[in-house]
Order: sequence, then structure tokens, then C-alpha cells
Amino acid sequence: MGMSHVVDRRLNGKNKSAVNRNRFLRRYRKHIKKAVSEAVHNRSITDMEQGEQVSIPNEDIQEPVFHHGAGGNREMVHPGNKEFVAGDRLPKPPGGEGGGSGEGQASDQGEGMDEFVFQITQEEFLNFLFDDLELPFLVRKKLKSADSYQYVHAGFTTDGTPAKLNVVRSLRKAYARRISLAGKRRRRIRELEQQIAALEAQPDSDDPAFSKGRQIEALREERDELKRQVKRIPWIDEIDLRYRQHRREPKPSTSAVMFCLMDVSGSMTQVHKDIAKRFFILLYLFLQKNYKRIEVVFIRHHTAAKEVDEEEFFYSRETGGTIVSSALKLMHRIIEERYPPDDWNIYAAQASDGDNWNDDSPICRRLLQEKILPLVQYYSYVEITPHEHQALWEEYEAVQASFPDRFAMQQLSDASEIYPVFRKLFEPKTA
Amino acid sequence: MTQPISSGSDWSFELIEEYDRQIARIAADFGLDTYPNQIEVISAEQMMDAYSSVGMPVGYHHWSFGKQFMATQKGYRRGQMGLAYEIVINSNPCIAYLMEENTMMMQALVIAHASYGHNSFFKNNYLFRSWTDASSIIDYLMFARNYVAECEERYGVEEVEAILDSCHALMNQGVDRYKRPAPISAEEERRRQKEREEYRQQQVNDLWRTIPEMGGNDGDEARQRRFPAEPQENLLYFIEKNAPLLETWQRELVRIVRKIAQYFYPQRQTQVMNEGWASFWHYTIVHRMYEEGLVDDGFMLEFLQNHTAVIYQPPFDSPYYSGLNPYTLGFSIYMDLKRMCENPTEEDRAWFPDIAGSDWQQTLDFAMRNFKDESFILQYLSPKVMRDLKLFAIADEEGDDAYEIKAIHDDRGYRRVREKLARQYNLSYRDPNIQVWNVNTRGDRSLLLRHTRVDGIPMADDDTQEVLKHVHRLWGFDVVLESVDNGEVMERYRMPPEGGSHNSAA
Repeated sequence: MGMSHVVDRRLNGKNKSAVNRNRFLRRYRKHIKKAVSEAVHNRSITDMEQGEQVSIPNEDIQEPVFHHGAGGNREMVHPGNKEFVAGDRLPKPPGGEGGGSGEGQASDQGEGMDEFVFQITQEEFLNFLFDDLELPFLVRKKLKSADSYQYVHAGFTTDGTPAKLNVVRSLRKAYARRISLAGKRRRRIRELEQQIAALEAQPDSDDPAFSKGRQIEALREERDELKRQVKRIPWIDEIDLRYRQHRREPKPSTSAVMFCLMDVSGSMTQVHKDIAKRFFILLYLFLQKNYKRIEVVFIRHHTAAKEVDEEEFFYSRETGGTIVSSALKLMHRIIEERYPPDDWNIYAAQASDGDNWNDDSPICRRLLQEKILPLVQYYSYVEITPHEHQALWEEYEAVQASFPDRFAMQQLSDASEIYPVFRKLFEPKTA
Repeated sequence: MTQPISSGSDWSFELIEEYDRQIARIAADFGLDTYPNQIEVISAEQMMDAYSSVGMPVGYHHWSFGKQFMATQKGYRRGQMGLAYEIVINSNPCIAYLMEENTMMMQALVIAHASYGHNSFFKNNYLFRSWTDASSIIDYLMFARNYVAECEERYGVEEVEAILDSCHALMNQGVDRYKRPAPISAEEERRRQKEREEYRQQQVNDLWRTIPEMGGNDGDEARQRRFPAEPQENLLYFIEKNAPLLETWQRELVRIVRKIAQYFYPQRQTQVMNEGWASFWHYTIVHRMYEEGLVDDGFMLEFLQNHTAVIYQPPFDSPYYSGLNPYTLGFSIYMDLKRMCENPTEEDRAWFPDIAGSDWQQTLDFAMRNFKDESFILQYLSPKVMRDLKLFAIADEEGDDAYEIKAIHDDRGYRRVREKLARQYNLSYRDPNIQVWNVNTRGDRSLLLRHTRVDGIPMADDDTQEVLKHVHRLWGFDVVLESVDNGEVMERYRMPPEGGSHNSAA
């Protein structure tokens, strides 16, 4: 008795399995990447803030061991006999090895036994997505950090961490406290000393009942006690301490609008569009971290441009020629009608395979240089093609030369090449 | 009149200590001999951690534990599965976990079940006594964890993972079944590990020395000499000592997995006995507490509900049936032993003359100490328990188009049912019997394994081929497994497959 030791372990060793879980995710990253890729395909670009369910075929994660197969002769004991007697024969189910032969491997009930299904968190989801985009580490951190708040000064408080201690305020409090606690006593000490001095100046009485010796002694005792008390008043006390107080406030609650422009002429395949989608997602994630309110406008075009919803934007097919300026014009009109640049931060991302009706490309350049770029914060363009550039690319190069800070362009054949287009956006800002 | 220790479902540390004191007193009254207890209160999350590291309180890192964790977590979150409410470690002190979500009744039940039931079994059953060293296991696991981490740092996670994967595949063939090993001791391990590093490699090199031995007429003899001289059942041990190409650190990893397999081997051999014993004692102890007025009616009601769920045995034709419940079988046998001691019938006197009417505490104590599942069932499964559980034996013979009921719970069938059930718990019948048969030491260094079929039961083709890949990774040269029935090779598996490259070790 009394040999037992009861311990509360609840606070330590939490999340011990995190390493093993990460090992698992690492080992099966191919499967997870595929699931993330499919999720990106199926989700809205504004819906990247959750994890994802991943399933892996059981046979891919099995840990094999030596065990028996079907065949041979077995005799097994089971419980719950109802009417069997020795010698009864029960026909085997047709089609080979039926139940009753294995040993504990029968998992014939329950759902989805062929798949190992698990959930990855939003952070893991984004990590896999960012892997895809080959984002630099710093940028990932910025995009994943949950706080889109900033701390503002909000007066002083009586408790806080040492780092936030305000020395001047604390000392001022201490001084005030010392005065208020010591002042009355000091005054009394002065009085007592005057009385002692007065008594000492008088001649002593003969009557011991009036002997001033004892009076002086009593006064001195009181005085010394008061002095001791004053001495004991701490120079600085816990109640004097003052800390700076901060309050979390949302960052300036400005609004942004994001224009997604995409060429949907016949030459843009679904693969192109899926790459383009990641391009739009990345811009969206950036805006989300920087603005409180974001609106997204989808403009698709072939020879004519049209404002559409996201579903139609990515997944309906069109054929025909291409006139890029139609989209630029539409974008400009929408800005004028709905997004006055004084109230809105305007961002645009354009994806195309570079195909354009030849006479149209100079028009695009002029539209961008003269009408659009003066209004927007950032304009990014990706050309998804393995082929030679055409006229549009050259005109856009001229645009980039005149607006190097807010116009970026990149040719790409793979999602991993998207990031450079946004490099400027993600550069650390010096305040 | 004694007051109940508590009422209601809330627990506190003071209450846990008070229940533990009373349970300890009653357990001692009944003569239970235990290690000191360490009772740890943990959260559900932590229970999932414990659950997924196969009950090792300190484990090395491996993806398979992550997989287990995720499966547990998912089951728990969806509410499909209650967590095992008890995990207990065969260590000294004996560590048992209590989940904070449990009610007071559950905490008391787990204390009785794990900290006194399992604990006394670990301390006294002969298999545990001779195969495990409770006082050093935690240290050894620490050593293993650090060693693995060190290897990962030096050789990379993937290299280490590959070796561990291969070892895990052979865990069941990594135990000595008959020979008694030296007990694991961490300190000893550390001291000797350096020593091993130096000498082991040299010994391996000796084996593979290609210079012909001096002397004239030994050529033929050497060619015929087998290696190993006798077939060996412990594949991991054989690989650790003899695999030609393994690095020293890789041999140490093989050894670690082998030692852990050996530590858990007694648990695999005594599941029915151990769970039955723990269940018998939580049942008996809590009833004594009720008689003494230490627990109230509400406590008892909740207790019985849980106890009944634990020992529930679905019949073979139920959708919930997944084999015999070891808790049920073990609990029933111990309870019936007690009954035979206290209220023997004519049948008991005929079947168990030494037990009928004997002292029940001594009888159960003896049964707990000296058996493993197979022999325990063979020795103690009574006709009454067979009737209660309505056990029957059914044969599935190759080439027969019907199953045949061979025996049921009646006079004609008791012995056969008992014998067949006992055999079912014999691990060497459950796991395929595979031995290291021969190594071609003078030629291509290929390793020949032999599977000896029992009752004509073959190996499962797919997984056998998969496991051979792992053996091949460890051995470094060709590996062949022959499945043999009555001396005749029925099936031959190779890695690399026939026509594959010869020496893939690099």
C-alpha cells in the first residue's frame, strides 16, 4: 500500500505524434500533392482557408508481413453455436475461398476499407500548394501567418511582461507612493524631535512621576519606530509598475479589388487554365493578408470580353479568335463604374497563351500605359505557352519598361514558374 | 457503516488516490503481488499518442506510428471508436494511463484492471519473468530512440526508414521462441554497443573470408558443410549477425527492432490469460468494494454496464463478430476456475479432480504464473465454459466443397473443441513457420529460407513477395523462400524474381 504514484501528465508531452505524422506525410507526399491539386481544381480561388481530405489506397501503405494464404486444411473454433451438431456439412459459398478460413483478417464490414483516409490541416494544405508554386520560405510564412492584425498603443496597465515595462511611469508612481506613505510619518518625526529637544532644554522635575527622562525615552521610542517604518517603505514596489498596453486592431481596413483576366479561346486547354488558376490563387492569398475586404472580378475573353462568375470563368469552353484589348477595355469600364481608385486598391492578373489578333497588341499597350496602369497597384501577366512569343509579348515588354514597379510578366509552362511574377509584391517592405 | 468514497462521476486527484489506496488494500488481501504503480492522468490526445506507438512510452520515430496515429485520431473524432481506456506498460514501476475524460468509476475500474490486474500478471507470469526485464525497458527504449535519431542525423531519415521498414516486416520472425535471451539492459547495451561495433564487423568478415582454409582434404567437406549448421528461426538475429553487407549502424537498428519484438512477444502469447486476469480482478475487487460500502449503487450500475460491454462476445453469425474476444474467454475461464473451487459439481470432479474444491486463490495464482494462452486453454477450459460460450469446431478442408462441423459443446466434442482452440492460440501455428535454411557461403551468397507447411497451409503470395524484398534489402544478395510440405517443395519465391539481376546490393 502507498506504493502508487499518481502524476498529472496532461500538460506535458502534447502532440508527441507530430513528428511521426510528418514522417507519414512526407512519405506519401505524392498522394497528398495529387489530392491538393484536385482540391485546387475543384475549389474556388477564394476558398483556400481549409484543409483537405486525402485518401490513399490501402495497398500503398500496407506494411507487409509473412502470413498464411488461402488453402490447406483448417479447423477453427467459433462461439455462439445455435443448431449445429457434429457431422453437419455446410456448402461453401461459390467462387473460391469463403469466410471462416482466415484468421482475424476478415474486415468485411465498415466503409471504405480499401482506402486510408485522413485529413490534412489548412497549413499542410497550403504547404503542399506552395511547394507546387516553389514559394520562398519567407513568403510562405507571410501568407500563412494568421494575424492580419496590428498592435496599437492603448495606454498603460498594471500588469504585463517585463519587456513592456515603462520605467518612467513606474518610477513616478513609486515616488508618489513613497511620498504618500512616508509624508505623515516624516511630519510626526519632525514634531517628535522638536518635543524631545524642548524637553531636554527644560530642567528636570524632582517628582519621579513627572521625570522627563521617561517622557523623552517614550518620545524617542516612537520616533525610532517611525524612522524604521519609513525605512521599510520600499523604494519601488510591485504596485508601482506600469506596463505599456497594446490592443490588437485590424490592419487598416481598406478594400481591394482583384481583376482576373483570362483568354479562353480554343487554344487554352484545361491544363493551361489549371496553371492560371494557381496564378490567381497566389494573388488572392496575397491580397487576403493585406486587405480586409476583397472583391474579385472575372473577365474572360476571346474576340469579345465578358464579366462572368468563377465557375464559368474556369470551366466553360469557347472557341474562336482572340482580341485581348476587349478585356482591357471592359476592365477599365468596370473600374470607372464600380471601383473608384480613391476607395479601392486595384490589382490585376492576366493569363493568356500569348495569342492575339496582330493589330490588337499595340492597342493593348496603349490601353495599359495610358488608362489602366495609372490606376492600379500591380498588374501581373503570365503567358502559358511553350512556343515562341508573338506580338503581344513584345508590346507588353514595352509596358514593363515604362512601369517596372507595377507591371510584371513571365512566360511559364509550369506552376512552379509563377512566383517570379509576384516577387515585387512579396518583397519585404521597409516602412 | 462505511461511507462511499465518492458519488457522482467527477474525479479529482485526491479521489484517485483514495480509490487507489482502497484497491491496493483489497488487492493485497487477495494476495496480488505487484510492482509499484505509476498512474498517469493524460488527455485524449495523449492517449492517442500512446495508442499509436504500440504501447511504448518512448518510441523512436517512424512513419508507421504516424499512420497509426492518424487512423486512431480519425476514428476518435468521428466517434466511431472509443479510445482504449487503458494502456499499461510492463515496466517497473508499472505505468498505467488514465484518460481525463473518464468518469470516477472508469478511473477506479482502470486502476483495478491495469495497475493491479495486469501489473501482477507482468510481475509473475513465467514468460514475462524470463523474457522481459521490467526495470530496464524504459531505459532501453530511450537508448533506442536516441540511437535511431543519431543515425537519422548521420545517414538521413530515408536511409534509416528503409532499414526500419525492412525490420518491421520481419518482427514476427525476430524472436527466439525457445531459447531464453539475456535480459535487455540499457546500460549494458550502451557499454557493449561500442564493443560490438568493433568486433561484429570483424566476425562477419571472418565468415565471408574467401581464402581457402589451410590443409588438404577439407575442400569437399567445406562445400557440403551447411551454414547455419542448424536451421534458425530468428531471422532478424541471423541477419544482424551474418548479413554480409550491412553497416555496423544498420546491424544495431536490426538489433533494436529485434529486442523490442522480443519484449512484446510474451504479450502476444498471453493475450487471453492477461486480459482475462485483469478483468477477473477488476470485477472481483470492485465487488469487494461494494460489499464494504466503499462504492454506491450508481457506481455499481455504471461499472456493470462497462464490464458487460468489455466481455461481450458476439456470436459467429453476428455482423459484429471478429473472432473470439480474449477478454471474454479469459474472464470466463478464471471465473469458472473459482466456481469449481468453491462449488464443484460432479462434472468438475471428473474433469478437474485437483481443482474441484481447492483453494481458489492458490489455484488461480498457479494458473496465472505457469502458462501461456495455448497451454492455459488446454489445461483449464472447462466443459461449462464451452457450453456457456457455445463453442464449436468447424473444418475447412482443401478440395472439399463443404465446411464440416467437427465438434460442438457436448460430451463427444469437449476435448476436440478444447484442443483445437488451444492450437489456435499457438503462435507457431498462427504465424508461418519460417527458418533460415542455408546460405551459399562459397558461391553467390544467396540466402535460402524454408517455410514448413502445417496442414498444407501455404504462404500468401503477394505479401510473401513483398516481405522478401525487405529480406533482400537487409541481406544484400539473392533470397529464396521455399514453401515445403512433407519434404516436398510446393512453391518457390525469389528476390530478385527469376531472371532478375544477381547482386543488387550497392
